[in-house]
Amino acid sequence: MDSEHQSAQGKPCHQHGSSAQAAAVPQQVLMIEGAGCASCVGKIESAIHRVPGVQEASMNFVERTVTVTGEVSADVLIQAVEQAGYGARVTSEESSAELLDEKEQADREYYKRLLREMSIALGLGIPLMIYGLVIGEMTVTTTMERVAWGLVGLATLAVMLVSGRHFYVGAWKSVRNHSANMDTLIALGTGTAWLYSMVVVMVPDVVPLMARHVYFEATAMIIGLINLGLALEVRARGRTSEAIKRLIGLQARTARVFRDGREVDVPIEQVQKGDQVRVRPGEKIPVDGVVSDGHSSVDESMLTGEPMPVEKTVGDEIVGGTLNKSGSLLFKATRVGKDTALARIISMVKQAQNSKPPIGRLADVISGYFVPAIMIIAVISALIWLNVGPEPTVAFAVVSATTVLIIACPCALGLATPMSVMVGVGKAAEAGVLIRNGQALQTASKITAMILDKTGTITEGAPRVTEVVPVGDMDEASVLRLAATLEQGSEHPLAQAIVESAQDRDIELGEVDGFNSIAGHGVEGRVDDCSLLFGNEKLMRDREISIDAYLEQAQSMAAQARTPMYLASGERLIALIAVADPIKEDSVEAIKRLQNDGIRVVMLTGDNRDTAKAVAEQLGIEEFFAEVLPEDKSSKVAELQQQGEIVGMTGDGINDAPALALADVGFAIGTGTDVAIESADVTLMRGSLHGLADAIAVSRATLRNIRQNLFGAFIYNVAGVPVAAGVLYPFFGMLLSPVIAGAAMAFSSLTVVTNANRLRLFKPEDH
Amino acid sequence: MMVINILGVLLIALIVWWFWLYREPAAAMEAGEVTIEVKDGIYSPAHIRLKAGQSLSLKFIRRDPSPCASVVVFEDFDVSEELPLNKARKVELPPMQPGRYPFTCQMQMYKGELIVEKAADAHG
Repeated sequence: MDSEHQSAQGKPCHQHGSSAQAAAVPQQVLMIEGAGCASCVGKIESAIHRVPGVQEASMNFVERTVTVTGEVSADVLIQAVEQAGYGARVTSEESSAELLDEKEQADREYYKRLLREMSIALGLGIPLMIYGLVIGEMTVTTTMERVAWGLVGLATLAVMLVSGRHFYVGAWKSVRNHSANMDTLIALGTGTAWLYSMVVVMVPDVVPLMARHVYFEATAMIIGLINLGLALEVRARGRTSEAIKRLIGLQARTARVFRDGREVDVPIEQVQKGDQVRVRPGEKIPVDGVVSDGHSSVDESMLTGEPMPVEKTVGDEIVGGTLNKSGSLLFKATRVGKDTALARIISMVKQAQNSKPPIGRLADVISGYFVPAIMIIAVISALIWLNVGPEPTVAFAVVSATTVLIIACPCALGLATPMSVMVGVGKAAEAGVLIRNGQALQTASKITAMILDKTGTITEGAPRVTEVVPVGDMDEASVLRLAATLEQGSEHPLAQAIVESAQDRDIELGEVDGFNSIAGHGVEGRVDDCSLLFGNEKLMRDREISIDAYLEQAQSMAAQARTPMYLASGERLIALIAVADPIKEDSVEAIKRLQNDGIRVVMLTGDNRDTAKAVAEQLGIEEFFAEVLPEDKSSKVAELQQQGEIVGMTGDGINDAPALALADVGFAIGTGTDVAIESADVTLMRGSLHGLADAIAVSRATLRNIRQNLFGAFIYNVAGVPVAAGVLYPFFGMLLSPVIAGAAMAFSSLTVVTNANRLRLFKPEDH
Repeated sequence: MMVINILGVLLIALIVWWFWLYREPAAAMEAGEVTIEVKDGIYSPAHIRLKAGQSLSLKFIRRDPSPCASVVVFEDFDVSEELPLNKARKVELPPMQPGRYPFTCQMQMYKGELIVEKAADAHG
């Protein structure tokens, strides 16, 4: 082992040495197959060195790769390696799809291997067990029986070496490494049973007459059953990653790009940033980009869960993996390879699927001590049988120790949490909900209060001007022109509504001087030499502008869920402009779902109280925070947290970043896929609040599933181990057979995986 | 019988010492990268010593086809990585505070540990 490491760690320096040459001379990496020992390194390196054109060849034994420097084709190198008696292939950066194919291939091979090993073990174990049940006792009394059982013992040893080799090798290596795992228990259990049986056969005199019983059938059966359990588990585990498979499957394999003025089909890996890409109707969009020509509707449901196709035209962003429905589109690739939204989503979902929620910590702590503890229990159990057990004490001691070692299942405990997280996070991704990690998943399931930012979350986030009321001698168009000119530099959604309204009326905007944005209140600046102030009631009061005569009108606008804004020139009010942001179609229904889940829903808005109240009433929300300045959003989160609530905050992920970060779980709601995936605990890919309700439903279902798994695994071990040790014997005369223990152990972890797979059938929209 | 009981107690003591009390000397990390093989139920090397404030790149190569070995989890850093079979997969870790940070498979059967020492200690 040590020499392997030295060669592994020595090599990179060697490679670094040659990297200077690599600037001028090409370098390639070959994957070597069939190199079983460190001595192969020299053979392979010298075989490659003999190839004309090779300047340098260095093999990394641990990675089984060889780095070749020189002007030489890969085919020639592969041939040289093959002639030396090994296999070689070119390595390249593989796409997720290729990696997945390889993983599935490896799983299939492993599955077949386990079934093969199972058949061999059960091929011996089942006849032996039937013999024991039908013919009678498997005892050793005569010389003839000794010879016969001796042969069976050797056959069992062969089974152990062929079908159970991985248990014994794994057990030996981990014990040598001061750690213990499932292999250790199986190896010790089956090894004890076999060794005892061999002692009975070889030197029967050291064992009392009554205890001369052999347990070869137990050894063979246990190895067979556990291999069967592992095989079924590999199958079931494959299904837990179906969601990620579906996402990976969305990636197109080729793209039609313009090269030298012609359209050519190239593999997706060769698409460059800036390439012009053609997508015909019915084709998948290969990478992210901006439409440069054409018009079409695009189905984004596979990523966002949003069923309605989205219209795309010149200047619009399109996302790789979505489906072009109606027209032909030409677009410029803006993100390719690992940078595409789909690739980032896949990597985030994978990461989250492998992370653990805190609920699994206790199980982790227990499994850390589990195996040695079981070994100790087995020794104690054997000692008790030897000291106070009935005759034949030795046989009872061996059976109880073996059964304890075999029945204990650290795997069920270890699998309980990760399997459910795997399925739950995948399920959420299918609904267009990206959960960052296990912690977010668990906290989301416990949320008691949810703060919803109004603009863009509950509403469309695209406000429209509904009324322009000039005050004084100016007409509508003139005041709108002044307001729009002033607001054209502002990013605020309400400002954009004013500018759009002016553009819709073909009003030409002027120029603004001294523009100043007063956060949460409004803006000021000079247009046409007039000093303008545009904003809410508070801004007007702060600047002592008289608005009293128009308050009633403003209040009536607010009562209709519109936001009134005041435009003042100098110290005089010149207009009242109302803007309304329509509520998203399904917000009311989604909020009801949250409330039905027992969650306290609170709306937060920068709007004035009256508008906020009107919107809240339309939504069926009783609580709201109005007139909240952007920087105060997080203090509202803190306020609810102080009341003992576990607070979820939903916002657009950009303006609300501090509040999202402070909340127990921050939900970023995106329209389409243009979302700040990095900033929130949970990202909702579609704009609908149903995504929020789905996220909470999935997280609750997942946590419930984890609890069931953990409970099952704990109970199984807590009940199984004492029964195996023989606690029931004094009362009922019952002692578990090691074979039954083997079957129970094999199927306990399978049960956990199967229960996790049940989550795949969960429909968040029903909850 | 007495002998057997004493042997049993000694066996228990041996299990406790061997699996729980014994601290294995760690492989000190010289360069910023260590290659770890995942095979036969163990990470090798399983114990890696490094200096605080040093970033670390671990290259995992999985040789064990069992799905148990397919993910390595660094719980303290919320980092996990899927390990393809017979291929190197790099895991980058940020500079760390002194302490012991375990890394495991999802089921805690494969176990390894990063031992991060104060920069001054490591020099001595």
